[in-house]
Amino acid sequence: MKPAPFEYVDPRTVDEALDHLHRHGEEAKVLAGGQSLAPMLNFRLARPAVLVDINRVAGLDGVTETNGALRVGTLVRQRHLERAIDGRFPLLAAGLKLIGHTAIRVRGTVGGSIAHADPAAELPALLACCDGVILTRGRRGERSIAAAEFFVGPLMTALAPDELVVETRWPLPAPGTGWGLHEVARRHGDFALVGAAALVALSDGQVRSARVAVFGCGATPTRAAAAEATLEGRVPTVALIDDAARAAASKLDPHADLHASAEYRRRVARTLMTRALSDAISRASGSAR
Amino acid sequence: MGAKYFGAAVRRREDPRFLRGEGRYLDDVKVAGLLHAAFLRAPYAHAAIRAIRTERARSAPGVVAVFTFADLETWMKPLPLFGAPPPGLAAAIAFEIRQAPQFALCRDRARYVGEIVAMVVADSRARAEDAAEAIEVDWEPLPVATDMRQAAEAGAPLVHEAWGTNVGVAFTHAIGNVEAAFAGADVVMSETFHIQRYVGMPLESRGAVAVWDRRDGALTTWNSTQVSHFVQQGLASALGLPHHKVRVIAPDLGGGFGTKASGYPEDHLVPIAAIVLGRPVKWVEDRREHMMSAAHARHQIHAISLAARRDGTILGLRDRIWLDLGAYNVWGIVLPYNTVAHLIGPHRIRNMRVDVQAVTTHKTPNAPYRGAGRPETVFAMDRAVDRLARELKIDPAEIRRRNYIRADELPYDFGMPYRDGNPLVYDSGDFPAALEAALKAADYDEFRRGQAALRARGVYRGIGISGYVEGTAIGPFEGATVKVDLGGRVLVATGAVNSGQGHETSFAQVCADALGVPLEHVTVVGGDTAGVPFGVGTFASRSGVTAGNSIADACHQVRAKLVKAAAALLEAAPGDVDIEDGQAFVRGVPASAVPLARVVQASIPTFAKPGVASPDFEATAYHHVPTVTFASAVHVAQVEVDVGTGHVTLLRYVVAHDCGKVINPLIVDGQVHGGVAQGVGGALYEEMVYDEQGQLLTGSLMDYLVPTAMELPPLETVHLEFPSPRNPLGMKGLGEGGAISPPAAIANAIEDALQPFGVDITATPVSPARLLALIRETA
Ligand SMILES: Cc1cc2nc3c(=O)[nH]c(=O)nc-3n(C[C@H](O)[C@H](O)[C@H](O)COP(=O)(O)OP(=O)(O)OC[C@H]3O[C@@H](n4cnc5c(N)ncnc54)[C@H](O)[C@@H]3O)c2cc1C
Repeated sequence: MKPAPFEYVDPRTVDEALDHLHRHGEEAKVLAGGQSLAPMLNFRLARPAVLVDINRVAGLDGVTETNGALRVGTLVRQRHLERAIDGRFPLLAAGLKLIGHTAIRVRGTVGGSIAHADPAAELPALLACCDGVILTRGRRGERSIAAAEFFVGPLMTALAPDELVVETRWPLPAPGTGWGLHEVARRHGDFALVGAAALVALSDGQVRSARVAVFGCGATPTRAAAAEATLEGRVPTVALIDDAARAAASKLDPHADLHASAEYRRRVARTLMTRALSDAISRASGSAR
Repeated sequence: MGAKYFGAAVRRREDPRFLRGEGRYLDDVKVAGLLHAAFLRAPYAHAAIRAIRTERARSAPGVVAVFTFADLETWMKPLPLFGAPPPGLAAAIAFEIRQAPQFALCRDRARYVGEIVAMVVADSRARAEDAAEAIEVDWEPLPVATDMRQAAEAGAPLVHEAWGTNVGVAFTHAIGNVEAAFAGADVVMSETFHIQRYVGMPLESRGAVAVWDRRDGALTTWNSTQVSHFVQQGLASALGLPHHKVRVIAPDLGGGFGTKASGYPEDHLVPIAAIVLGRPVKWVEDRREHMMSAAHARHQIHAISLAARRDGTILGLRDRIWLDLGAYNVWGIVLPYNTVAHLIGPHRIRNMRVDVQAVTTHKTPNAPYRGAGRPETVFAMDRAVDRLARELKIDPAEIRRRNYIRADELPYDFGMPYRDGNPLVYDSGDFPAALEAALKAADYDEFRRGQAALRARGVYRGIGISGYVEGTAIGPFEGATVKVDLGGRVLVATGAVNSGQGHETSFAQVCADALGVPLEHVTVVGGDTAGVPFGVGTFASRSGVTAGNSIADACHQVRAKLVKAAAALLEAAPGDVDIEDGQAFVRGVPASAVPLARVVQASIPTFAKPGVASPDFEATAYHHVPTVTFASAVHVAQVEVDVGTGHVTLLRYVVAHDCGKVINPLIVDGQVHGGVAQGVGGALYEEMVYDEQGQLLTGSLMDYLVPTAMELPPLETVHLEFPSPRNPLGMKGLGEGGAISPPAAIANAIEDALQPFGVDITATPVSPARLLALIRETA
């Protein structure tokens, strides 16, 4: 379990990093927190010729709030964000706590989790849930890609090989928005078998907006559009929530693996959407009161 | 000679160095000029080797040597095999046994994924791995047998063609009159239970470092093994060296659990490379290698039937048992017969018939792992008893009350041999008392009272019971040498290897009491073959009893020598001299006290005069332990099941157990906790999964799920102490017990929680996906 030989570079600026990526193209791999990449190197599942370590690149580790969104530099450690959120985004805070264990979050970066695009990972799903945006840079310039377009398959994104994720933008939920997050993992800190996140805003007892994302259930994190449509503009009764979750579950395209069948994932996605929505709605109505 | 330390909760003396990160594990062994080995392992479960080309690997950067079977042919001796039936057992039961030795390197065929094809030695591990990748092998894939029941049938692809079958061990055994018992029963309950393949998974993987001293013709090898004397014997005969020229040292071990008690190809290959190359060689198994090439374990199927009266009295038991051995039958009758000898457990069942087949398949070879057949057999039995209780509408606690052997029935003779060939006779204990103690500690009655109300609110909680009686401390002996040095300090050397059990503490407690010295004056060294000539090693819950009693015996001999010398020094009769706290004194004359150092020094001859006695303050003992002594326990688990997801949460776990006289209650608790944790792994998480081609699908700890502290519930232990009549210290073995009952207790609890659904759990691990499927099948 030693990595295959590779060349190692540690640029100090984004431009320098982009130069390396441009020069080596598919042969290069970015190293951020290493929590996903290092095991793949050690198993020789990833065999890059050049490892571009971006940990010393300046200016990628800030957390700021502008225009109602959290702007999170790609190198911000998951653990750091967890602490920096400070009550502003309880759904994101709850999601961060579910990533592995503290030791992993101390190294693992927010941008690394997004770029890695594991379909069972929390952050990609949460970014999709809040209509977040990924900011990238390449030699041809900057792009801002909506989460919905960014994740294209398991461990596959819209990022070009010579592009870098530099920041993720997390629109803060409007005050009074309720949230819910449920996942089933085999053990504490494991990737979810299935998970569901929800953000719900109410007005006059009706659902003003509902956003639901499912993860660990298919190739990418998925917005449960059918559930959202079922709920919006209606009074959220137990029966309606159930209908919404059922409608969305039937649209999912779950995968099977060693730990769970596709059928299990679809079934439990429905259960977890119900739970996440119920929590979100009760939190929203609690704060409305 | 009072018991000052024996029984005291002395804090583990080895812990400071472990907690500071100063343990010396195999990987910490550094020798000047070390070379590093990596292995090319078979990618196929069954394939013939048509050709191996190593030229590219040999010329790769940093490579010193590449070895295939052909390169080392003269060194290739069959690896050791164990588990021939001892005479008493062979006389009682007709075993069909087939064993084929493995060679350290594949000769012309691979029989499981992970078997070693070639060895690369280079100046770094990374370069050795690079070169191993450059070895080209022409493989011819062959048909594969992976399912143990299919593999047992005629026409299955054969693992060892010469056998004409895949069955490595077969036997039938019966006691009483099982036909009559079944004919006269009110009910017969039958079910087939599957116990998955799961493993010891020590935190520290295996490894070896070998140094060949050409001048002396002597080999020193550090090996992360539980059985250094076995490794020494294997090497001495394989290498044709005198035993005293082969020193095997087990450094600190980060767990063993039986995984490190098997004989392995690397034990031989690393020393052979060191001798051939004349340079020290190191190999540390990485986790990927560990998953596929360290011994696997468990994996049985039981088609079991219980015959009973309507009141729950069990009259008879039939069981057809299959064991999956993996590719080599290394352990002979050990696992199959352990399984049979522990099937009845605490129950009063006089009629039994078992039909057993242990079957080779194209998978990693199995070996005993903490419990060694007992967790499997107890799972089948305790699940069957619960199923019978449900059928008869008797509470699971009550049916056990009606069937557990009473204390006044002990000693209880089964009328059949134990695995060591001696009569299987329970020596001491009180199984009903353990049952009641466990139920009480777990608030069983209160739990039952609250259960229905919780269910009405959609909260599904269950409680499950499992009990076992375990033959522990298998003999025949362990070696221990005790010596007193010039400063009056004591060195204890034993063949028992500390793989986390706290030997440095508990053995020092035994020695300090037996010799009459302060604990701090005692150093314990285990697992160095240079320390004691003959030894067996640590496995089978044996070291406390076997090494403990040998240490006590040796101390008594040394004490007699010290008393004699002190008597001469103090000019008193030996009968009047006593030793306490490291001081020798004339009884009743405290002022006469001299430190043991004085006694030793006065015994050393000087130019002026001879010593007061011979300075031979050393003794070696091999306490003979003819047969096992029976430890027992009852476990109670409380669980909650999320019926929406199939997720199981452990709420509480209680163990009421008897391990005879306790040396150190802290260590006993720790052993129970660790065992329960591994049992929880078996119940809910761990499984080595192969596909139909014999490819291992659980190749990393991302897929093979070991429970962490986060998954464990509060563990409560109740200690019952029924001294063993079978050894002077009154002890019983303890190391394995914790791991035996959790799968049964937890599965019983889950089934209990899901009573309204009528779920039948017939297999472990009970994963959320499996459980939800069961819930939905019945809903
Ligand atoms: C035991 C364990 C448990 C875990 N459990 C979870 C879990 O429950 N949930 C979860 O979501 N994750 C989990 N993880 C993964 C963890 O969150 C990782 O930190 C994360 O997936 C990757 O972040 P990283 O910074 O470590 O990235 P790295 O491992 O360094 O990189 C991951 C990938 O992203 C690419 N990359 C990284 N940064 C950039 C960038 N700025 N631009 C372009 N490409 C980039 C790399 O090239 C690589 O392909 C776990 C990891 C471990 C080891």
